[in-house]
Amino acid sequence: MDFALTEEQQMLQDTVARLVRGEYSFEKRLGYSETELGFSAEFWQHLSELGLTAVPFDEELGGFGGTGVEVQSVMTELGRGLCLEPYLQSVILGGGLIAHAGTAAQQEHWLPGVASGELKVAVGLQEPQSYYNLNDVQTRAEKTDAGYTLSGRKAVVIGGHCADLLIVSARTSGDERDAGGLSLFALDPATAGVERRNYPTMDGAKGCDVVLNNVQVGAEALLGDEGQASAIIEYQSGRAIAALCAEAVGVMEEAIAMTLDYLKARKQFGVPIGQFQVLQHRMVDMSSELEQARSMAILSASVANNEQSTERKRILAAAKNVIGRAGQFIAENGIQSHGGIGMTWEYSFAHYAKRLIMINHQLGDDDHHLEQFAGLLHVEE
Amino acid sequence: MNINYTPEELAFRDEVRSFLEQQLPADIAAKVKGFRHLSKEDHQRWQRILSKQGWYATHWPSEYGGVDWSPVQKHIWDEESCRYGVPRSIPFGVNMVAPVIIKFGSEAQKQHYLPRILSGEDWWCQGYSEPGAGSDLASLKTRAVNHGDHYLVNGQKTWTTLGQHANMIFCLVRTNTEVKAQAGISFLLIDMDTPGITVRPIRTIDGGYEVNEVFFEDVKVPVENLVGEEDKGWTYAKYLLTYERTGLAGIGLSKAALSHLKALAGRVLKNGRPLIEDTTFSQRIAKIEIDLMAAGISNLRIIAAVEGGGMPGAESSMLKVRGTEIRQSINDLARRAIGPYALPFVEEELELDYDGEYLSDKDAAPLAPHYFNNRKLSIFGGSNEIQKNIVTKMILGL
Repeated sequence: MDFALTEEQQMLQDTVARLVRGEYSFEKRLGYSETELGFSAEFWQHLSELGLTAVPFDEELGGFGGTGVEVQSVMTELGRGLCLEPYLQSVILGGGLIAHAGTAAQQEHWLPGVASGELKVAVGLQEPQSYYNLNDVQTRAEKTDAGYTLSGRKAVVIGGHCADLLIVSARTSGDERDAGGLSLFALDPATAGVERRNYPTMDGAKGCDVVLNNVQVGAEALLGDEGQASAIIEYQSGRAIAALCAEAVGVMEEAIAMTLDYLKARKQFGVPIGQFQVLQHRMVDMSSELEQARSMAILSASVANNEQSTERKRILAAAKNVIGRAGQFIAENGIQSHGGIGMTWEYSFAHYAKRLIMINHQLGDDDHHLEQFAGLLHVEE
Repeated sequence: MNINYTPEELAFRDEVRSFLEQQLPADIAAKVKGFRHLSKEDHQRWQRILSKQGWYATHWPSEYGGVDWSPVQKHIWDEESCRYGVPRSIPFGVNMVAPVIIKFGSEAQKQHYLPRILSGEDWWCQGYSEPGAGSDLASLKTRAVNHGDHYLVNGQKTWTTLGQHANMIFCLVRTNTEVKAQAGISFLLIDMDTPGITVRPIRTIDGGYEVNEVFFEDVKVPVENLVGEEDKGWTYAKYLLTYERTGLAGIGLSKAALSHLKALAGRVLKNGRPLIEDTTFSQRIAKIEIDLMAAGISNLRIIAAVEGGGMPGAESSMLKVRGTEIRQSINDLARRAIGPYALPFVEEELELDYDGEYLSDKDAAPLAPHYFNNRKLSIFGGSNEIQKNIVTKMILGL
């Protein structure tokens, strides 16, 4: 048994860490967040030049053929810098769906661009009524002579504001929450009838709701077999959950280091506040939560690319549940340990806290995954 | 034992209700209930209505224009105010500096300031905390040097709530550096228009502006603006803090937030059914409602003791801790209730006069910002850690 990264994996993580440290200061990040793009085109370019946007893809695409562990290394470091680039949405989730469901022609058409970072993909799986149930889809795709007509609305599509390609789920048959009858479509956001309502997000990124008004797409827009998308969505969301857990660990590590520094530096009543036992024990609890989260991020990374199984589902649900709870604990207690300064926009801690809370609102919160896990308690492999 | 209101108290509650039904402007109530920002004008409009009714100064004796309500009546007023969506009164003038002026101020100060507080002419803010003096307030460094007819003030205050609207600030300043920290502090009333004062807004985690830094550079303050005696300010400050801590438990606010949450959870869908019917979520709500029920009765027990002539003691510290935890939990659930829609930060929907299409539920936009903003509840007014220290010493004798 060996929990250490291989030399290659360590080099990969160090590369990302150096890049983030060098180019992603907190002040710069605030600036990127306020641009229309919402992230740094230059940093995205650098990720691409170092081959990092290609990490999970096969070698013929310039990738490493990276597993969950390589993705974990990248995401943890991006989390540490609160990086705003659409790595999760485009490379992990978008690229994952195309690689999993796409025909050879579709893969050839899109994946080189995704792997090089030139083609930014955003994925719309949620809807206004869906909560976190990705089978709860009302958007319809009606078959036409030339392809399909899409109508409906996809909710909170992170990165959708600047995406070059949108992947959305839509119902080709079945009732609202049926697993069967879901299909995936890849479309150009400039297609007639696609309307985007853009907004910033609480954690400094950008996204949109996508309204599809009788959008005509050709048959080549269908990604995967008609009506068979549910299992693919579940599998690829699972990979994204593992990546999100890794990101969360980077955010938590930074948040905890910052809190610890503050407890040592801040003096009240003539002593550093870290001398007070109540704050010491709280710091211990935060660190224990981080350890739990770290373990689950490692476990989820190790199964992320495995064949689907009950065990894989259980682990990913458990990991997201732990990450959600740990993230909230560290965010709230970190703010409390800082006092008022932890609540100011100009001090980075507040932004780490916001990211941790918002990670719990992506791909299912701790309650959602508790229910998923509970639902699998009696399922035999 | 009879834990119900007396017939007189019930009659008073009816009077309060009918006043609020007739006089509280609907637009203001809607902002309050939806956790939206109020403008200075909103606050002032409501204050004028209250003053006209004679119900603005609930903590003052009647000889100064106060209402002179009993503790139970004050409680009824607070509770009904929260239920109807009355703006939280900006306490710095009416509930904080005024009681200090009434108890320790000069006759001239009473004559000058109290009517101006009642009429809304003066908007006060609080100059207590400093960058290096938060929980350890007595370590404050802002210096005031006595030059005969005036003090020369230099230093910096922080977390000054709504200081951007204020024309007056009450400050704790150091007038004596030779004695131990608490003994060298004085209580000064300062006109914000005095040359040398700069207000700098602090943007908070939720993107809003409600607190400020206030800088003092060679600010001349007339000696008649000293309250009571020089170097005795700590006594007055502590007196004021007992006023600050009453009501910090926010039971009424929690009840209002809970009914807002339940209405929201009745509209949001999960698997095609209202979220409030979902086992996991409804149990989360139920647990908080039960905690709130208990805290509500604890609050009434304290009020009854005060009504009977007692002083609110360290029990109010315990209640502040519990009460703020409950409110924060309700804010947490409201944010959770909207699921993925906690992510969008739709600033334009924070304004009540927004007339565009709502991104999701009409009440969704303020929920995540409000959750983050209310992390302050366990920090301000004496952090919950400080409150627990008070309970440790005063009640437990440890």
